[in-house]
Amino acid sequence: MALRAARDAAIWGGVALAVFVPLIGLQAVQDIRGELRLDTRWPLLVVLVAMVVGGSLVNSLLIAPWRERRGRRVPHENAALARAAAAFGRWFPPFAVGFVIVFPFLALWLTGMQGSVKWIDNFGIQILIYVMLGFGLNIVVGLAGLLDLGYVAFYAVGAYAYALLAKEFGFSFFTLLPLAGILAAFWGIILGFPVLRLRGDYLAIVTLAFGEIIRLVLINWVPVTNGYAGISGIPRPTFFGIPFNASDEGFAAVFGLEFSPIYRGIFLYYIILALALLTAFVTVRLRRLPIGRAWEALREDEIACRSLGIDTTTTKLTAFAIGAMFGGFAGSFFAARQGFISPESFTFMESATIVAIVVLGGMGSQIGVAVAAVAMIGGTELLRELDVLKEVFGREFDPTQYRMLLFGFAMVLIMIWKPRGLISSRAPSVFLKERKAVAGSLVKEGHG
Amino acid sequence: MAEPLLAVRGVKTYYGSIMALKGVDLAVHEGEIVTLIGANGAGKSTLMMTICGNPRAREGRIVFDGRDITALPTHEIARLRIAQSPEGRRIFGRMTVLENLQMGMVAAGRDADPAELDRVLAFFPRLAERIGQRGGTLSGGEQQMLAIARALMSRPRLLLLDEPSLGLAPLIAQAIFDIVRELNRSRGLTVFLVEQNAFHALKLAHRAYVMVNGTITMTGSGRELLERPEVKAAYLEGGRREAATTGH
Repeated sequence: MALRAARDAAIWGGVALAVFVPLIGLQAVQDIRGELRLDTRWPLLVVLVAMVVGGSLVNSLLIAPWRERRGRRVPHENAALARAAAAFGRWFPPFAVGFVIVFPFLALWLTGMQGSVKWIDNFGIQILIYVMLGFGLNIVVGLAGLLDLGYVAFYAVGAYAYALLAKEFGFSFFTLLPLAGILAAFWGIILGFPVLRLRGDYLAIVTLAFGEIIRLVLINWVPVTNGYAGISGIPRPTFFGIPFNASDEGFAAVFGLEFSPIYRGIFLYYIILALALLTAFVTVRLRRLPIGRAWEALREDEIACRSLGIDTTTTKLTAFAIGAMFGGFAGSFFAARQGFISPESFTFMESATIVAIVVLGGMGSQIGVAVAAVAMIGGTELLRELDVLKEVFGREFDPTQYRMLLFGFAMVLIMIWKPRGLISSRAPSVFLKERKAVAGSLVKEGHG
Repeated sequence: MAEPLLAVRGVKTYYGSIMALKGVDLAVHEGEIVTLIGANGAGKSTLMMTICGNPRAREGRIVFDGRDITALPTHEIARLRIAQSPEGRRIFGRMTVLENLQMGMVAAGRDADPAELDRVLAFFPRLAERIGQRGGTLSGGEQQMLAIARALMSRPRLLLLDEPSLGLAPLIAQAIFDIVRELNRSRGLTVFLVEQNAFHALKLAHRAYVMVNGTITMTGSGRELLERPEVKAAYLEGGRREAATTGH
């Protein structure tokens, strides 16, 4: 076995060397006179090839035998483990909700006024926006099984709806929030109509195109959207009419506090938290209603749905509309938080990230989606903090530039380890409680 | 004779330019079990699906309870209480047995009766045992029972059964035919059954049709057709041998 492992490692090392010599070992640089010069980066090449060889050795000596042993093991009921898992399933959601509610104050307490801005704004709000988007897309992809690669379009519709209406007419954030949601839902229906007959790959392609169309319209419709330059000076949400600024009517002055941008951060944090919880709550309720069950049935088998009397047209359109509505909410929040939006915020990469969150989380699972959003968005934010890597790869190494690489690597690992997402089990939406006894008595007279 | 519950008149169905049904006439009366037998590719399932509006008949008419349903969308046909247990069962694999059954109630609309669950489960005690289990984890026979039970949840006026014995052991298939007979006897359920298992299907049926290459070639009572030499030669020899081994 050791021999085979060494041989595999040698092959992988050879392949890596062949690929990395031109890509990493050699580098064309312009010198002072503007001439191209060939530079070499042998140490970096050695590090990377060594990493590949090491990875191969670890895989064939440790991981492969472990997987084989696990595959052969006869599964046995582990009562304690099952109890622990059940307890975790019961207590984790309320605990997690409790944690995110106290999180801003925890951050304030631990890191102080200055330090907590990063945690509340960069981490808290950013992650919650994606949790909310994940929940919204989860309705379309996870429940109804319609793979939508253009979800960012509704996010953009919500953002521009808020930005334009707030700037033009001066409506407040909370008036425009439902309006932006309705507008996005309307666009969800517009997208829904042409794709009613499509499924799977074909649906994915058309929705992807839809996302690009919206983005290109935003870029080119300059009189309205201001094109690439975007819209700036978008009014911020106020606390019941009290703005968050340093003026005498500002939040801090009214409440007798010293001015700090952190108050606005905390306020925004609770708005997006409320929106995300609302989305989760609505999704949970919808799953128990006929329409929610029809979505799930649609995901399982469309032909059977039709033969059971389900109108698949309205079922799909409601899924698109409701999913889009939550995307629109998130979009208008995004615009209100940033104060500036441009088409660059609504690229395909955003759609891909949201889809990745839903797929990694496990299609249809709320907790899974939330955990995946924390891992994906929080993970990329954390990369900015990792100065350790600079010690390994040299001064000019910027970990954030590698985040897509790490991102992809992490996704491959999760898909190997949990091919159906972090939480792949599906909780039934209906239970029989008192009828257990009836079922038992029926069994005795049984002839089936 | 009274107006039939379901009348198929001169129906022609095409797949692209290929004519799959070449003018089919057929009637199902209230309270009957009617069987359609035929070889692979004869057009049996196509007829079943044409009744449900997918694919649509290009010529001819399909009349249910005096109403022309030829052009109705599939889900509206289902809401007229024409329930279908489709070929290949098509149960919802990730949903529980109970959820599958509840989906069957959609077609009843406002008339849905929650008590129907108990009545249906009384016919399928195996499903009552597995009520919280995911549909995909059931055995083939249980999945077939679930498909029929789901179709029954809307208290259908007509039950369309497409090849319920497909891929099942003879004993299980027999059990399913017994349930269908019992449903017909005790509740007066009208059944239109498409089967390849000609022997069991003809024994079960009040009346039967034989389909060859998209046309009806023979019709009569189930017993009559069982005795016909051409039916015996074409469809029954295999069925006889199988029946002998299961003791029928």
